[in-house]
Amino acid sequence: MPATLTVNGTAHEVDLPEEVPLLWVLRDALNLTGTKYGCGVAACGACTVQIDGEAVRSCQVPLGDVWGDVTTIEGLGTPDDLTRLQQAWIDHQVAQCGYCQSGQIMQAAALLAETPQPDDAAIDAAMAGNLCRCGTYPRIRAAIRAAAGMES
Amino acid sequence: MSRLGTIARRSFLFGSVAIAGGVALGVWYLRSPGTNPLRPEPDQTTLNPFVLIDREGVTLIAPRAEMGQGTQTTWAALIAEEMDLAWDQVRVLHGPPAQAYYNSALMAENAPGPAYGKSAFQHAVGEAMGTLGKPLRMQVTGGSTAMKDGYERMRAAGAAAREMLKAAAAARLGTDPGLLTTQDGAVIGPDGQRLPYPELASEARYHAPREVLLRDPSEWTLLGTPLPRLDMVAKSTGTAEYSIDVRPEGLRFAAIRMSPRRAGMQRFDAETAETMPGVEKVVDLGDGVAVIATNTWLAQQAVDAIEVDWAPAPYPETTDAIMREIEAAFERAPDSTLLDRGNADSLPEGATEITAEYRVPFLAHATMEPLNATAHITAGGLEIWTGNQLPTFTRSACADAAGLPESRVTVHTTQMGGGFGRRGELDFSVLATRVAMALPGTPVMTTWSREEDMRRDFYRPAAIARMRGAVQDGGAVLFDAAVAGPSTARQALERWMGFAPPGPDKVHVEGLWNQPYAIPNARARGHIASDLTVPVGFWRSVGNSYNGFFHESFIDEMAHAAGADPLEFRLTLAHDAWRPAARVLEAVREMSGWPDKPEGTGRGVAMCFSFGTPVACVIEVAESEDGIRIPRAWMAADVGVALDPGIIDQQLVGGLVYGLSAAMMGEITFSGGMAEQENFYDYDALRLPQMPQVGTRILETQRWISGIGEPGTPPAAPALANALFDLTGTRHRSLPLNRSVTFSS
Repeated sequence: MPATLTVNGTAHEVDLPEEVPLLWVLRDALNLTGTKYGCGVAACGACTVQIDGEAVRSCQVPLGDVWGDVTTIEGLGTPDDLTRLQQAWIDHQVAQCGYCQSGQIMQAAALLAETPQPDDAAIDAAMAGNLCRCGTYPRIRAAIRAAAGMES
Repeated sequence: MSRLGTIARRSFLFGSVAIAGGVALGVWYLRSPGTNPLRPEPDQTTLNPFVLIDREGVTLIAPRAEMGQGTQTTWAALIAEEMDLAWDQVRVLHGPPAQAYYNSALMAENAPGPAYGKSAFQHAVGEAMGTLGKPLRMQVTGGSTAMKDGYERMRAAGAAAREMLKAAAAARLGTDPGLLTTQDGAVIGPDGQRLPYPELASEARYHAPREVLLRDPSEWTLLGTPLPRLDMVAKSTGTAEYSIDVRPEGLRFAAIRMSPRRAGMQRFDAETAETMPGVEKVVDLGDGVAVIATNTWLAQQAVDAIEVDWAPAPYPETTDAIMREIEAAFERAPDSTLLDRGNADSLPEGATEITAEYRVPFLAHATMEPLNATAHITAGGLEIWTGNQLPTFTRSACADAAGLPESRVTVHTTQMGGGFGRRGELDFSVLATRVAMALPGTPVMTTWSREEDMRRDFYRPAAIARMRGAVQDGGAVLFDAAVAGPSTARQALERWMGFAPPGPDKVHVEGLWNQPYAIPNARARGHIASDLTVPVGFWRSVGNSYNGFFHESFIDEMAHAAGADPLEFRLTLAHDAWRPAARVLEAVREMSGWPDKPEGTGRGVAMCFSFGTPVACVIEVAESEDGIRIPRAWMAADVGVALDPGIIDQQLVGGLVYGLSAAMMGEITFSGGMAEQENFYDYDALRLPQMPQVGTRILETQRWISGIGEPGTPPAAPALANALFDLTGTRHRSLPLNRSVTFSS
């Protein structure tokens, strides 16, 4: 039976078994490919999206359990209409390969929504689950601080 | 790229340049003909294989893998600088596989000599050897070669295009090209008329220059400054397209299981899988199985439900047995003795001798984007989308797999979610082709699970080093190193080209034999465990990744045995060998305030010369409640010419993180012939809370431009191990360090 899913403000009818993780609904059924597959076991954070504003690993949320409105990187800002956080990511030239960055940004956006002026410990705690193999961490820290108006 | 139209034969192959005194102002002689692989549409023009112009503007071709290292941005900047394009006008494409895009620097690494302090003659020998890349069609991104390769060739491509456009403008205006200038993508006439390049392009084709003059670096406006990366907006908005993101019409999704023992498949039973939701086809690959489904996750569930019996591994089943085979290689005659200076056999009289054995494990690449590729068997041939570091070899291998001539294979090289050497392999593209052959007419994306990616890697090899040295009067008088392991280069070249060139394996000993330290008696020998067939491959910095640890840990031991300060000990050795190596040490000394340090901290230093670049690194460690922290690190590198300081900083820091991750926790072990690690929970990497503050400094004192994608990695492990020794007094000779050290998380 098709499930209804609201993603970035748009309702979608999805005809997939309800145990299919949200990640794979987004990527393969809705063609929202900004959300990335990295590990499938919530160990890397590449698939991070928000459900009702809360950062979640979409590889661990079955379609049938999605409890609210989903926001993906595509729903945050676009190249022509960037959020302040994404602009900070660009100003600080954060990305290298870029593959983990959708998840990093979605995680950071949830952090700033909850804690507009996070201290270093709060940034560390919030971002610890998001792996980056290119080593962009110092620039991630700097971009989060800048987006929070805490330019160091 | 369009296949329509014909190209005017205006393509160039750039020969060697006469460079006087290392000044980068050379007259470039443009040889023709070459084959321009670009197939412009009727309203497009190519002025050479790197410049495509249409009504919208100029598109530059950067035929090197963008896997995060920023290569396409700087490659485009080299062309744009000479073409006088404004940076916001620059568009970049990877382009098709082509001989014209061969890497002219990769083979240059085979020139004799240690590669530091090269004379103009030695440099020219290297360039001449680099041209071997052309007949071998080596369109390869690797070996930190892109900027060495493109530095002069791409400025020449830009300058040639500019002169062609000026000649066309001169013909139109009836004036002398010498009276014209160029600015922001247009030729400016003597009366200030502005003729944008798109208006001149089709006429410009007929004005190929015989030679061009490259601008003096003092005139650069793009190069030498940190430019906004061309991929940054896309990568900050989720709109960058990796191979895992392509969505051709009618796409199906496949999951795959190949032998974790790297051998054949004895039998399989897919009865359950056949009836699982979303499954469209179970594919018997002979040596593995795949499931094609409507969704990647459904395909993964089904392929995991297949019962498979795998043939036994063709190599020893356990890590211990593998390490014994590596150890046995010391008993064989050395494969190479590339360093043999003075007398390394005897101990100088009155000197103090020390010996030590070091070990490093196998490592996975663990790119963030798991391996994948999409293949489509069409009526006309094969189309494949793949993030790969070797497009010409990929096309050839996929053509073979599909039984097609290369001319009927189209390869789209996408952005890569990390490469680190893993995407310099052919397996994932070939497997995607084989899976898609089971469903002709339908594009099929084959995505490896993280577990498949980790179990089926071509690992950084394990290696063992036996080190012997002697010190006297506070200095080094003898260095004698031997390293044993399987040959990465032979395995990888065999996979690329079907043969491995004869001769000593230089890659196996890189970082051990060629370090710029003046030690009067010195020897470095490489021993190859040639029967060991555990699959190994190029991993960021390759031989330097282990030899850097062996060499710089042991130099540290020698410094302590000599009663010398470890940094000053190195500085003396480097100063007498090659000044740029001394200068990077002096830089980190100053940056870190060495030898002063905060109470309760330990500091370690390392200096490694790799890919033409000396990098020095100081790492600080400190005790904390939950283990050892790494509060700070300092790095200095001499790259000769710093084309983009922002990207160089990214690469130094990124290289450090890659090296620290491996040093602290990276380890692939084997049991039952299979890698025991399968995902990030048992093969983790450095996380943000563990990340030190890093200060970087870029020097430009050496004569030749050098590589930057890899040189940040080798000093990470020894600098960390040396810092731990400074803090705790325990010498760590085996990696990963978390076997004996608790790191703060």
